[in-house]
Amino acid sequence: MGLLNKLDDPYEGGGIVLGKVEDLLNWGRSKSDWYLHFGLACCAIEFMAMNASHFDFMRFGTIPRTSPRQADFIMVTGTVTFKMADRIKVLYEQMAEPKYVISVGSCSNCGGPYWEHGYHVLKGVDRIIPVDVYIPGCPPRPEAFEEGMMLLQSKISKQAIFNKRKKLEAEL
Amino acid sequence: MSDKKRLDLEYSQIESDKMRINVGPQHPSTHGVLRLEVEVDGEIVTEVIPHLGYLHRSFEKHCEKMTYPQVMPYIDRLDYISAMNNEWPYVMALEKLMDIKVPEKVDYIRVILAELNRIANHQIAVATFGLDAGAFTPFLFFFRDREYILWILEKMSGARLLYNYFRVGGLAADVYPGFKEDCLNIVKQVRKTNAEVMDLLIYNSIFIKRSANVGILRPDVAINFACSGPVLRGSGVKYDLRKDEPYSIYDRFDFDIPVGKGEVGVVGDCWDRNMVRVQEMEQSCRIIEQAIAQMPMEGDVSALVPKRIKPPKGEVYMRAENPKGDLGFYIVSNGTDKPERLKARGASFVNLSVIPEISKGYMFADLILILGSIDIVLGEVDR
Amino acid sequence: MLANEIFDRLKTEFGDAILAFDDTQPTDPFIMVQTDKVFDVCYSLRDNDEFQFDYLMCLTGMDLGENVGVVYHLYSMKFKHKVVLKVVAPKADPKVPSVEMLWKTADWHEREAYDLMGVQFEGHRNLIRILCPYDWEGHPLRKDYETPEFYHGMKVSY
Repeated sequence: MGLLNKLDDPYEGGGIVLGKVEDLLNWGRSKSDWYLHFGLACCAIEFMAMNASHFDFMRFGTIPRTSPRQADFIMVTGTVTFKMADRIKVLYEQMAEPKYVISVGSCSNCGGPYWEHGYHVLKGVDRIIPVDVYIPGCPPRPEAFEEGMMLLQSKISKQAIFNKRKKLEAEL
Repeated sequence: MSDKKRLDLEYSQIESDKMRINVGPQHPSTHGVLRLEVEVDGEIVTEVIPHLGYLHRSFEKHCEKMTYPQVMPYIDRLDYISAMNNEWPYVMALEKLMDIKVPEKVDYIRVILAELNRIANHQIAVATFGLDAGAFTPFLFFFRDREYILWILEKMSGARLLYNYFRVGGLAADVYPGFKEDCLNIVKQVRKTNAEVMDLLIYNSIFIKRSANVGILRPDVAINFACSGPVLRGSGVKYDLRKDEPYSIYDRFDFDIPVGKGEVGVVGDCWDRNMVRVQEMEQSCRIIEQAIAQMPMEGDVSALVPKRIKPPKGEVYMRAENPKGDLGFYIVSNGTDKPERLKARGASFVNLSVIPEISKGYMFADLILILGSIDIVLGEVDR
Repeated sequence: MLANEIFDRLKTEFGDAILAFDDTQPTDPFIMVQTDKVFDVCYSLRDNDEFQFDYLMCLTGMDLGENVGVVYHLYSMKFKHKVVLKVVAPKADPKVPSVEMLWKTADWHEREAYDLMGVQFEGHRNLIRILCPYDWEGHPLRKDYETPEFYHGMKVSY
């Protein structure tokens, strides 16, 4: 981040911090992500445990929302079936930019144990919406949720806000 | 008439003063991915049409393609809140088909783990029912305790939620040192929290006003709909497979079957169903205490596990008392190492079918409560 | 009441409609019933004072190669006895009378058997798909079912 470190040694008297506006915005964005909880199957139960005592998911600054319009990222926890796939697409499209997707568990990563004979299972949610972070496990442990969340935070904090095109071209 | 046309026709018959509301499939209070199409007259529910299948994971197709031990993980994923209980009727069915008598120690460990998992399941059920009614604190209390139970189950099997622990003729691993003390500590903790929740939630006057006299399920209707578990017992029918058809070693334990008595309302309302679950936790504690006291410590739990599971030609229907009701497995074996047909009769699937019957005439907000009191898990409904 | 006693009673009542009785071990004993008489047999089993099978535990659709079969597992809450009924119907014309009027629980079980196995239950009031989407084609649990390549533009196979 770099922003908080600078606070340790502020300029004398005024407490002025010099930094990029982009860093400040990204710092704020990555520490207050609201999510649309898309609980589908077994992973949703582990996610409930993650939300409750012992693990306390909200210390990441996340608040569960039931409306896609208020959410920053969507948490797809569980098996995505064809009957459900259209709904996920619609809900993803309803979210406001910038938006992120965390795919939780083997089922939504790649079909999981249902990859071979699951005639009604979508083999990976990344076939319909773009995924930022994959959390493996069947179901993942709450610790894995924590790591996934931290990965998403670090991804958000590194993103470009201004002059996106220039930076992208420089990277290429 | 094609299915599509049939649905279109249904929509065209809506009367003008009624409104159709869609609940789900993505909604936290439907306990999963259930979709309800509700017809309301003002605030009163006049009709409920459940639409299932949003988690249809082709379970029965997988069973036909997999060998018997490979089927076990899929069975865990049916009712993923109480996976230990799920595995039991499946291994019992195969043991009956192959004529295997399991050692006594295995039976005791199975009973203890299944009852622990039953407590964990009822904790989720009561917690989320409280959440539906607007009480958040019991949710945190129950999840704190549930985590301790999961620690024991994890030490035993290696997994937190989906265990794959039972084997035909035995178990995957033996108990760890200190298992008995852990269980007794859990029992103490569960009783303590239950006493707290009794004051906090169950006998809370707001909660009673919310859930008593709502969603009344008459016993004859419950039997006609083949309800089971706390849903049937909440209607005052004393029916528990652990007593009526004692499988394994349940005839050795002294425990009661709690039934709905209509303490604060009419017999068979949401409050009764919820109360049955809370009382069942206490009965499970009693069973665990007795089983811990009687359990032999010597013996190998996986001595009788066959190397290759190839049951003879035949068929068997075996059911066991799951936390949610009867879970039955109908296995047709053709003499090979893969089942010819495996049908799972999920308790939630059958219990859910009573929703259109009992939710008519109540307020829309009560519908969510009725759904919560039935305690469904969509993995078992859709399979 | 044991399964063979139930079979004898049913045989005297329905005669030729009760086809066979099988109690070879380790198979659960079952009674084969003529397909078009299954509703009458079930009606008698439910309402006869000696039987009182008021609880339908399970209803299964089966693929038997040339035929499709339906298996009924009945239980009596009062007498605690069980019986298994079986019927078959040819796959070309898989029509079986519905027992949804007798046990309400059969409603969803029959819809599931129709959805996954393609058994046409005659007399069922709302026989539509229950698990698969309403526009799904074919009956997935049949042995000769072939998984489609695409569904709504999404690839089905891995």
